[in-house]
Amino acid sequence: MREAEVIIIGAGPAGLGAAVEAAKYGCGSVVVFDENRSCGGQLIKQLHKFFGSAEHQAGVRGFVLGQKLEEEALSLGVRIMTNSVVWGVFRENKLGVFTSDGKVQQWGFKKLIIATGAMENALAFSGWTLPGVMGAGACQTMMNMHRVLPGKRVLMVGSGNVGLIVTYQLLQAGAEQVTVIEAAPSIGGYGVHAAKIARAGVPILCSHTITEAIGPNGYVEKAVIQKLDEQWQPIPGTETELDVDMICLSVGLSPLVELARLAQCRMAYLPTLGGYVPIHDQNMRTSEPDVYVAGDLAGVEEASTALDEGRLAGVAVAEALGHPSADAAEAEKGAIRLRLRNLRSGSYGDKRQAGKENLMGRMSE
Amino acid sequence: MEWRSLATKGYLSPEEVRRLPALPTWERICQGPVAVIECVQDIPCDPCTTTCKFSAITIGDDITDLPKLDASKCTGCGSCVFGCPGLAIFIVDGSPEGQLGKVSFPHEYLPLPTAGQLVQVVNRAGEVICEGNVEKVLSTKASDKTPVIQVWVPKDLLMEARGIKRL
Ligand SMILES: Cc1cc2nc3c(=O)[nH]c(=O)nc-3n(C[C@H](O)[C@H](O)[C@H](O)COP(=O)(O)OP(=O)(O)OC[C@H]3O[C@@H](n4cnc5c(N)ncnc54)[C@H](O)[C@@H]3O)c2cc1C
Ligand code: SF4
Ligand code: SF4
Repeated sequence: MREAEVIIIGAGPAGLGAAVEAAKYGCGSVVVFDENRSCGGQLIKQLHKFFGSAEHQAGVRGFVLGQKLEEEALSLGVRIMTNSVVWGVFRENKLGVFTSDGKVQQWGFKKLIIATGAMENALAFSGWTLPGVMGAGACQTMMNMHRVLPGKRVLMVGSGNVGLIVTYQLLQAGAEQVTVIEAAPSIGGYGVHAAKIARAGVPILCSHTITEAIGPNGYVEKAVIQKLDEQWQPIPGTETELDVDMICLSVGLSPLVELARLAQCRMAYLPTLGGYVPIHDQNMRTSEPDVYVAGDLAGVEEASTALDEGRLAGVAVAEALGHPSADAAEAEKGAIRLRLRNLRSGSYGDKRQAGKENLMGRMSE
Repeated sequence: MEWRSLATKGYLSPEEVRRLPALPTWERICQGPVAVIECVQDIPCDPCTTTCKFSAITIGDDITDLPKLDASKCTGCGSCVFGCPGLAIFIVDGSPEGQLGKVSFPHEYLPLPTAGQLVQVVNRAGEVICEGNVEKVLSTKASDKTPVIQVWVPKDLLMEARGIKRL
């Protein structure tokens, strides 16, 4: 069996942030597994400049941020194994990995950090299995990684930041017309993202839902949308047909918690954080003493919060393994927690902050 | 404060524009180029404050506070236009003689227009409001793939013109 002091699952901002701090604070062998060909997680697909502050490299494009983190981790001696799927977490601190050369390996660890991110939610309606209906993540992967424009006349379902940003990227990639619909009475994402696409001529229709995808030839050719009343019920007679060749779904993300469940971490259901999430303490430690979590899997938020949660878990793991002095670790963790508190302030962050406090409160139950 | 049009349609209404915090006065706009910051929600973001070398934009200790412009310190240099990841900052200049003024905005679409080209100018809702001549297209290493386009428009449209139709 192969061994590492610290194993991290997922090489997104959370996993890479954790790897960097764990290595920086003295962990001898740090190994990161990611199922993708290259590291960065969601960041690989993100061409736009990021929000946040200087500590989070705001203004830097997402994919560049991923590259920078990767370089930093490698320079600190972290081993990153891409094309490697972790498929099981077992008793006595062991993992099962399916590696790039098609082999199954068993790895042992002293501490495990799970940073597997989140998965897109789907939405069922008549015709939703037709080719041309896809998740915003798939659309983004096709455009920004494989340079394929999956549709020219697009209906985007959902106006959260993901829907707004992917709409913007569709326009940049050459889509002719995009229409955004949102079931809620107001736009979910940030006004600045909405304003960008509004001035590019994209109508954003609140209180609207999709009722049907039409495709007599076996692929999407039309979408039927309908207005919703205050009780979110479709208003008869308000059906409108749109000529589209693609319907893109961006209706939220759910934390990818399967491995955390296998590791026996206790869960809580918190809609404000995306659904079932592993409960954890101020150090990102779960109910299993050797298992830590960070990033979207511990509550769907943003890259900046994922990165800082990862850093926090990295420092905490190094501390638990006896590497940095308690004072040094406390100072670093304090600074990170302050940044996280700041990122979760304001009307967009308040609910997530409350959700996080709820999670941490449950650790002591 | 409520920003209903922004929250339900995705763009600020003319009335909301008049309510923008730290909106430069018309007098100031006529003195020379100045930044107009159209960022009104408490989002966790602050690079506008660090890209401005003249310390004209401040946010304060709380990263979700709104950016505030000190128009007397702003030189209209335009760095914040590409430094803002929300693409929410514009430069307006009502100082030239005559009926036309200049407006600058970020434009991350290809192909780019060239100086002297006649383009269709749009408002915040994406509607064409006039034609305009491109004065210049700035795309440098510092702007990091966020080209900034400057277009001549009638002065009474300086606070409406916010982009051009994609070419
Ligand atoms: C369109 C879009 C735009 C966004 N824009 C912004 C923005 O402007 N600013 C911002 O702060 N945030 C933004 N975000 C959010 C941000 O990308 C995420 O919050 C962040 O990437 C979460 O980081 P993470 O490390 O938790 O997860 P991820 O980035 O999702 O990384 C998790 C990684 O783990 C891997 N993995 C999962 N399971 C396994 C397994 N079993 N074995 C091996 N590997 C596994 C995954 O493949 C993935 O590579 C955006 C998100 C999207 C979708
Ligand atoms: S235009 Fe220049 S001086 Fe004015 S706020 Fe922007 S960066 Fe600062
Ligand atoms: S950088 Fe842009 S989006 Fe961010 S706070 Fe400043 S003005 Fe708003």
